[in-house]
Formats: sequence, C-alpha cells, structure tokens
Amino acid sequence: MSTTLSIEHLTIDLPPGADRPHAVDDVSFAIDKGEILCVVGESGSGKSMTANALMGLLPPGVKVRAGRALFESRDILKLPEAEKQALRGARIAMIFQEPMTALNPLMRIGDQIAEVFAAHDRFTTAERRKKALALITEVGLPDPEKIIRAYPFQLSGGQRQRAMIAMALALEPKLLIADEPTTALDVTTQAQILKLILDLRDRRGMAVMFITHDFGVVAEIADQVIVMREGRVVERGTAARVLEQPEHPYTQRLLEAIPTGKLPQARAVPQEPALEIKALRKTYRTGGGLFKPVREVRAVDDVSLTVARGEVLGLVGESGSGKSTLGRTAVRLVDPDGGQVLVGGTDLAALSEQDLRAQRHKVQMVFQDPYASLNPRQKIMGALTDGPIAKGVPRAQAQSRARELLEIVGLGADAAERYPHEFSGGQRQRIGIARALAMDPELIIADEAVSALDVSIQAQVLDLLRDLRERLSLSILFITHDLRVAAQLCDRIAVMQKGRLVEIGTVHQIFLTPQQDYTRQLLAAVPGADWADSWQQQAAGA
Amino acid sequence: MSVFIVIVSRLAKAALTLLAIAILNFLLLHAAPGDPALVLAGEAGAADEQMIAQLRERFGLDQPFYVQLGKYVGSILQFDLGYSFRQGAPVSQLIMDRLPATLLLTLTAFVISLVFGIALGVGAAARVGRASDSLLTTLALLFYATPLYWLALMAVLVFSVWLGWLPGFGYETVGANLTGLARALDIGRHLVLPALTLGLFFMAVYMRMTRASMLEVSQLDFVKTARAKGLSDAVIRRRHILRNAILPVVTLAGLQAGQLVGGAVLTETVFAWPGIGRLMFESLAARDYNTILGVFLVSAAMVILFNIVTDIVYRIVDPRIGARA
Amino acid sequence: MWKRFSSNMGAMVGVVLLLAVIVVALTAPLLFPNGPWQMVQRPFLAPMAVDGLPLGTDTLGRNVAAQLAYGARVSLLVGLVSTLVALLIGVPLGALAGFYGSWVDEGAMRFTEFFQTIPNFALAIVLVAIFEPSLASITIAIAIVSWPPVARLVRAEVMSVRKREFVDAARLAGLTRPRILLTQVLPNTVSPIIVMASLMVATAILLESSLSFLGLGDPNAMSWGYMIGAARTVIRTSWWLSFFPGIAIVITVLALNLIGEGLNDAFNPHLSRRRARAGKEKA
Repeated sequence: MSTTLSIEHLTIDLPPGADRPHAVDDVSFAIDKGEILCVVGESGSGKSMTANALMGLLPPGVKVRAGRALFESRDILKLPEAEKQALRGARIAMIFQEPMTALNPLMRIGDQIAEVFAAHDRFTTAERRKKALALITEVGLPDPEKIIRAYPFQLSGGQRQRAMIAMALALEPKLLIADEPTTALDVTTQAQILKLILDLRDRRGMAVMFITHDFGVVAEIADQVIVMREGRVVERGTAARVLEQPEHPYTQRLLEAIPTGKLPQARAVPQEPALEIKALRKTYRTGGGLFKPVREVRAVDDVSLTVARGEVLGLVGESGSGKSTLGRTAVRLVDPDGGQVLVGGTDLAALSEQDLRAQRHKVQMVFQDPYASLNPRQKIMGALTDGPIAKGVPRAQAQSRARELLEIVGLGADAAERYPHEFSGGQRQRIGIARALAMDPELIIADEAVSALDVSIQAQVLDLLRDLRERLSLSILFITHDLRVAAQLCDRIAVMQKGRLVEIGTVHQIFLTPQQDYTRQLLAAVPGADWADSWQQQAAGA
Repeated sequence: MSVFIVIVSRLAKAALTLLAIAILNFLLLHAAPGDPALVLAGEAGAADEQMIAQLRERFGLDQPFYVQLGKYVGSILQFDLGYSFRQGAPVSQLIMDRLPATLLLTLTAFVISLVFGIALGVGAAARVGRASDSLLTTLALLFYATPLYWLALMAVLVFSVWLGWLPGFGYETVGANLTGLARALDIGRHLVLPALTLGLFFMAVYMRMTRASMLEVSQLDFVKTARAKGLSDAVIRRRHILRNAILPVVTLAGLQAGQLVGGAVLTETVFAWPGIGRLMFESLAARDYNTILGVFLVSAAMVILFNIVTDIVYRIVDPRIGARA
Repeated sequence: MWKRFSSNMGAMVGVVLLLAVIVVALTAPLLFPNGPWQMVQRPFLAPMAVDGLPLGTDTLGRNVAAQLAYGARVSLLVGLVSTLVALLIGVPLGALAGFYGSWVDEGAMRFTEFFQTIPNFALAIVLVAIFEPSLASITIAIAIVSWPPVARLVRAEVMSVRKREFVDAARLAGLTRPRILLTQVLPNTVSPIIVMASLMVATAILLESSLSFLGLGDPNAMSWGYMIGAARTVIRTSWWLSFFPGIAIVITVLALNLIGEGLNDAFNPHLSRRRARAGKEKA
C-alpha cells in the first residue's frame, strides 16, 4: 500500500496567553491510500488543529512551528498560499461538524457544488451542472433535480451533510478530512453517513482522516487509530488492537468511560410510584397568521408511564421524538393540552399558577447546557438557596444545607461563594444537581444532563448520579438521545418516537429482546454496536 | 401569490400607521397652548375673525371631541391638510410644490450613502487592522460625531465662499432661465453640496455597519467551507460573505430612512433648498402649525415608502423569507 | 472589565475628552461669572484680536468662550437627562414585552414600531414647536423620539436570556415571574443597555444642538446649536462664530462614541477583533 499523507513531528503554536504553548506537540502519523485513520480525543486535544493545519485553515494567531506534512511528495505546510488553494477542494477535501451552518444559506445547493469546479477551473457550466447532479445522486440524496435547486434551509441535517460530502468528493480528492461529521446528527442518520463514507472509501480508494471523540464511531469505521491528549499522541495502532488492548491509561479510561453493552445488574425496585404520567398530550401549533396555514406537531401524543420510587427510568429518542417536551411538560415548564402528571397524589397538570408554585419543589430538573443553566451574575449560594427560601426554609438553614449539598456532589462547601464562570462544565453540572437536590424533590428529571460533556467528564457525572441514587434512593427520569448512556444508569428504559411511547421495559429487555422494530433500528444504529455485542456476550458468558 | 399578499398587508399596515399619525397630529393640536382655532390659523392676527369662525365650524370645534377627531381625520383622508394663512395657500399645495426637491435631495443622498458606505465598509473589512482600515474607521467615527448642519455650513464656507467651486445656495441659478440639459446640469451643481453633506453622516453609519457585518460573517462556518473548496479570497468575499453581510445593512438602511428625511430639514435650511424641510423651518418661525404638521405627516409617509421598498429588496435578496411566508 | 476598557486607546481618549468637557461645564460660572449673555466688547471680534477674548465675540459682542462653556452645561444636561427618561420608558416596556410575550409583546411592539416609523427629528421639531421651546420640552421631546431602540434592544436581550436554562431553574424553584424578571433576567441585560445609553447621550446631544440650530432652543439657556444657528447668516464674514461651537459638539459626541465602543469591546471580548483570538480549539 502506498502512503497518501505522512505527518512528521508537527508542532503548532497557540497564541501567547492561551492555556498552553502548543495546540499540537510533536505529532507524527501516516495515512495509506484507501485507509481510514481515526484521530480520537476530547475537546482541546489538538485533533481539529491538526486537520486545519493540513488544509491551511488555521485561525489567526495559530502557527505551525515545526514539522512537515508530505502529500504527493510535497510538504504541504510550506507551500505558498496560491498552491495551497489549488490543493484545497481538489486533492484534499474537508467536511465539518455542523451541517446546519457549514453551507451558505443564500446559495442553492447545486451552485455550491458547481462552485468547486469553478474554483479549480474545470468543465463548462453545463458539464458542472451534470456533474453536480451525478454527485447528488452518488451521495444518496433523493430527487436530485429538486435538491440542486434547493436552498440549505430546505434540507434536513443529514441531507446537508450529504451535500457537504458531495462537494468534498467533486474533484475526486486523494485525501478526505472529516472533522466530527456525524456528531451533530441523530444516531440513525449518523449510521447512514458513516456507511456512506465507508462505501465511498471502497469505491474511490481515497484516504480518510476521520476526527472523532466517540470510540463507538471508531469501532464502526476505523482501520488505524491515534489517540490525542493535550496536543500529543498518547496511543496509536490498528483499530482492533486499540479497542481491545488499549495500552495507555488515558485510552483505557476513555474506553471504560464509554458505555458499552456491559449491562449493569438489574436492581430490585420498590413498586410505589414517585411519578405517574397519564395520557399526557402536548401539540405545538406554528403559523396560523392571517394567511398562513396552521402547522401542528404532536410533540407528546397520549403518553402514559410511571417512575417508581428509587427508580431511574431512561427516556430515549432521537431529536424531535418529544422526549424533552415530555420532561418539560411533567414539570409544567410547558403546559400540557391534556392528561395528568401525578406526584405524591397531586396532579401538577391541573394546578393554577399560584398553587403550582407551592408544589414546584416536588419535581426538579437538571439541565443540558452547563453554560446556560446557571445565572452568570449570581453566586452559587444564591442559586442553591433561592428555591428553599421561597418555599419557607429559614435562610441560615438553607445555606447550611447548600454547603452540605456542595460537599455531597464533590465540590466542597467554599464553592458557594463563587460565581459560575469559575467552574468547568462538569463542575457546573454538579452544581445543577445540587440545586435540584436542595429542593428535596420527590423526583429529578435529568434532561440530556451529560450530553454536552466530554466522555471522561460524562463518566464522572454518571458515577455521581449512580452514587446519589444509592445513597438518597432518588427517583430519576433520565432523558437522553444516547442508548449507551441510558444503559449505564437506568433500571428501565422507555423509547419514544414522534411523540409516542414505542416501548418500555427493563434495560435487559430493551437491549437483549427488543419488541419493536424502531427499538431494534435504534440499537443497530448505535455506533460500535457489533463491537459492543462482543463485550455483551463476554459479560453474558461470565 | 405570496408576494401579492405581502404587499397588500404591508400597504394595509402603512395606511394604519398614517391614520395613527393623523390622530397624533390632532391630539398635538389640542395639546398646544391656546385655542385650537387660533393654533390652526397660525399666530393670532394672521387670520381675521371671519376665517377663525369658519375654521371653528369646519372642524366642529364647538362639538364633542370625537366629532372633531372624525372631521379632522376625514379631511386628511381627502389629502386636505388645511390652509396656511401665513403663506396664503392650502398646505397640501405648498407641500406638493416642494416635494420634488426633497425627493431629489433625499434619494440622491440615500443612494450615495448606501453605495459608498457599503463599498467603503467592504474595503475596510478586507484590509482589517491595516493603516487604510484605521484611517477609514477613524474618518467614519468623526463624521458620525459631526452635526449635519455644521458640516453643511463648513462645506459652504470652503467650497462655495472660499474656493468658489460650487454654488452654496438654492436649487438652481436664479434668473438664468435655463432649459433641458443645461438646467439639469445647473440643478446637479446645486445638488452636490447638499446631497454630499446629508449623505456623509449616513455613509459613515452604513460603512461601520457593513464593516462589522462583513467581519462577523467572515467568521461563520460556511466561509470556512468555501475556503476548504479552494476558492480565492476575492471570490469568497464577493460570493459568500458580501451577500450575507449586506442583509442587516439593508434592514438598517430602511430603519434609518426616517432619520434621513428628518436630516433633510437641516440640510435644506442651510442650503436654502426649496423642499418640504425648508418649508417646515420657515413655518417654525411663523408658528404655522398647520404646515408643520402637514410636513410631518408627509415625511412620515415618505419613511413608510422607504420601508416598504427595503422590505421588498430584502425579500429579493433573502430566499428564506419568501419561502416562509 | 476595567482592564480591557483601559487598555483600549480610543476609549481612554474618549474618557479624557469627556472629562475635559465636564470640567469646563462645571467651572463655567467660576471662569465666566458674568454669564454668556453679557456684552463684553464690540461685535465680530476675531479670535485672539483682543486679550481675554481668545475666541472673539459674536454678533452682539458677547464672549464666545463664555458661550461655549455655558453651552457645555446645556448639552451634557439635556443629553444625560433625556437618555435617562428614554431608558425609563424603553427598559420596562422592552422587558415586559420580551418576558411575557404573546399579546403584551404584540401590543408593545406595535406601539414601538409606530414610534420608530415616525421620522424622529421631525417629531422632535413638532413636539418642541407645539409645547414651546424650553429645556424641559426639549429633553422630553428627545426622550420620546429616542426610547424605541432601547425597547427593542431590551426586548431582544430579555427574550434571549429568558430562553436560558437558569430561568427555567428559577421557575422550578418556585420564584414568582416578576421576581424572576427582576433578579434573574434583567441583571443579565445590563451591559448592552449601558453601551446603548452611552451612545444615546451622544445622539441626544446632536439632537439638542440641531433643535437649537433651528431656533427651537430654550431662549434662556445658551447652547452650541443656538450659537451656530445665530451665526449662520454671517458665515461669509465671521466663520469662527459657527466653527468653534461645531468643534465643541464634535469633540463631545466623539468622546461619548469612543467610550461606548470601548465599553462594548470590554463587555464582549470575544467579539473584539482587534486582538488575536485566543486559540481555544472547538472539538
């Protein structure tokens, strides 16, 4: 096999004042023709910077200090700008993480594809159009004649990523750099895009540098793997070797942190209900102006479920499944159209605004975005005591309880006197959990509470929740898009699709004997599912 | 069909706004100290007793409030803006006589400021951080802080009084009796200073806005995509950044149109430009409230017109809006 | 915050200029105990022509330097007070519209839009003309034409803060809506309001001077716009009479704009493009 790209001793400087001197520090690796190399790391590992350096797209102030990158027997890091430009899009192409923002909103898809040919002076206008149509067909977009005339806002996220891939493939590059191209997509869409990239690699024999944080994705597509941490390569090898016998402790930690198919032991859960949702309905209506037709979306469509005292119920679904609306309706951040939300005998759905305020403390929520869930202008103490004081707890008592809770979630009591910006994402999620606990709730709803965190931080927060579940016998409704995460923490799992409850059962039932097609589809789409299966069989055998 | 509906609903909204301004005018007349009839007639003494009695009857000043309001609004709907006793002519006629000069001035200034403002903003953004960018931004900041009327006076002083290059006064050469092209050229020469001084302030506004918007858009993801395609910087700027960056500038230009029309009062005053702004200034000294309010109503109508035009331009530039409507 | 602001050269120039204007305004009665209206010499004296009259005399033989110093008082006072009044109208309206949404928002925004459509300088002229020129009527008129952008800004800010999760958390904590608006939402909209307010003072000063220029100034208060308006007809012979007040306006307005921009950069360091962006990789 011939080497397509070979990087030797690459070092990239960060501007002065950054948290470390080098974004990338003495990194070497090679990618062969037809090979997929996964570069794995958490945020700040330098994996994206490496890719940007290859494309000549480093942000201002960030510079290559040392090293070479040999591609087609030239060092592409030292090429003059004009030659780099000729290389980009033609010999090396790149796709990005956010399909929603990576396309020009004011330009038709066809024009954006044809532009690649124009940039490199290939073909006539008519030929460009024909080629664009062929590419759109090749990446599996429906109705190419229509897509070519469409604007980005008329396409879904997955479709946009396909359009991005069509652009990248236009001039048959030898190297494709994919920077977390599936991170922003739903699992089933992610599985399709991964399959498309695998197909294209086989058909065209190009080399792929695939950047990801997700070992599931690695298991799905990688031939070779390098693991990066704080700008350095800590581990490299074939995918099979790294996944099964990781050598570096950091890789081992990352792999352990990944929820695999290792299903936890089922626990005995008491049957007394903490939360009962009965026939809950919520429909969103948009439009409906003078001339506009009303569009209805049934976000929650006649859903009933029960969370028992001391139980963790996972609520899983893709975006638009209504899982978050269900959670928000259950705490009355959203008013339901019908149905009951029973907590300790009170129907929250039926209360007036004023009566509700007195009952609010019974159900609390932990939110998704650690940067938006705390008021930047309020000290942590305020965040933790506002609620208890409003419900009548004396100030001194609320404050001592707040300190105690901060200890419990592992932050230390002195955290109370600080502002949110002094904490990291994972620490803020801990504060969010403490805030929910401060209200002595009967139930906590965690809405994608670990989704915004890096894998290793995610694991720590999950550990905390598991620990709290045991110590305080908490009841939790755990909303997530990630089946693997749900498997780690939950006793039972409920699957939602398009506002309806598809299936509900114990973790073992859902994972091992799913009853519904959609559940099976979701399980199959989980990246690294086969690989996880092998773990599972080991676990089952043990 | 959606475009048609949009235009109809915009026009309906415009009509409602004008109606509201008419009501506001009526309330202001009544809020003015003194007898509304005397206020309407201008300073006491400008109109005789008989005329004032006529006014009272016409506007039903001895009748209930809502009847008065109805009569006032009714007459405005027929474009009857009242009578200027000072000038001895109906206000609507006074305004119609002066309107072309104002339209010529404001539209020229609008086009100049928008075209040059956007061009300079694009240029400054392309050279961000360099000396030419700093010079342009500093100049823009300076013009942004300069009173319109003072700039106009200084322009008259330099280019008309000291250098003698351009006329600093009036709409055309008095008594020259020019016709056709010669007259157009003569008006054009008179137009240069007023249009430039009125436009400079807004040019500074649009330049700053365009520059900021270009820099902001150039940070967006799709610009990186365009780079990854191998497009040249010039093409990226023209095809990708400019169109996206210009949308907020167009919106702002529409909103600022009101200030442009208001600014014309000052420019016309300095240059003795025979437009409705100058008419308003003359009426101020004479306390000719009827004319003042008439000009106010008509300039509001002009602003609404500008807004509708920018709205339509916006719809043409941005495909997303038409599809959503 | 202060560090970022003070390292901005333009902003510091603005602070120095504004302080100078403020000092002149405050010390005017000490420097010129006879006030701005008194005849001191023969009219139309050029600058430096006579000792003690560095800027010359006006059409009535009054001291131009004294007029400038007293004019600073009017400009700053009207600029400041009218901005405060505009904030008093705009902030509550925008906050209620943005926070409560639905019909409150609909109503408040139609009202705001209406005022924004009206050409604001023309409305200011009408208001001052009808209610007789005085410092009070000028200040109120400027406030009435300046509040709509405040309302829009506050509404937009409140709407974006309202969507953040800590507001949901406050609702779950059982706090009342007014309390959430006051203690959770509004404090997070303060910085853009401060930036806008500093720019509004500048605009208000321009507006006041324009009104005075047209002869709509308070007849009992000396102002820069009045000076330029009075000297307009004699520009061919005595250019300095309109030149110096104009420079005074430019300096004051420029200073406020520089400060406003400096505050904006200091509040939004990530938006400031002058400095290199600290390279934090987005993975």
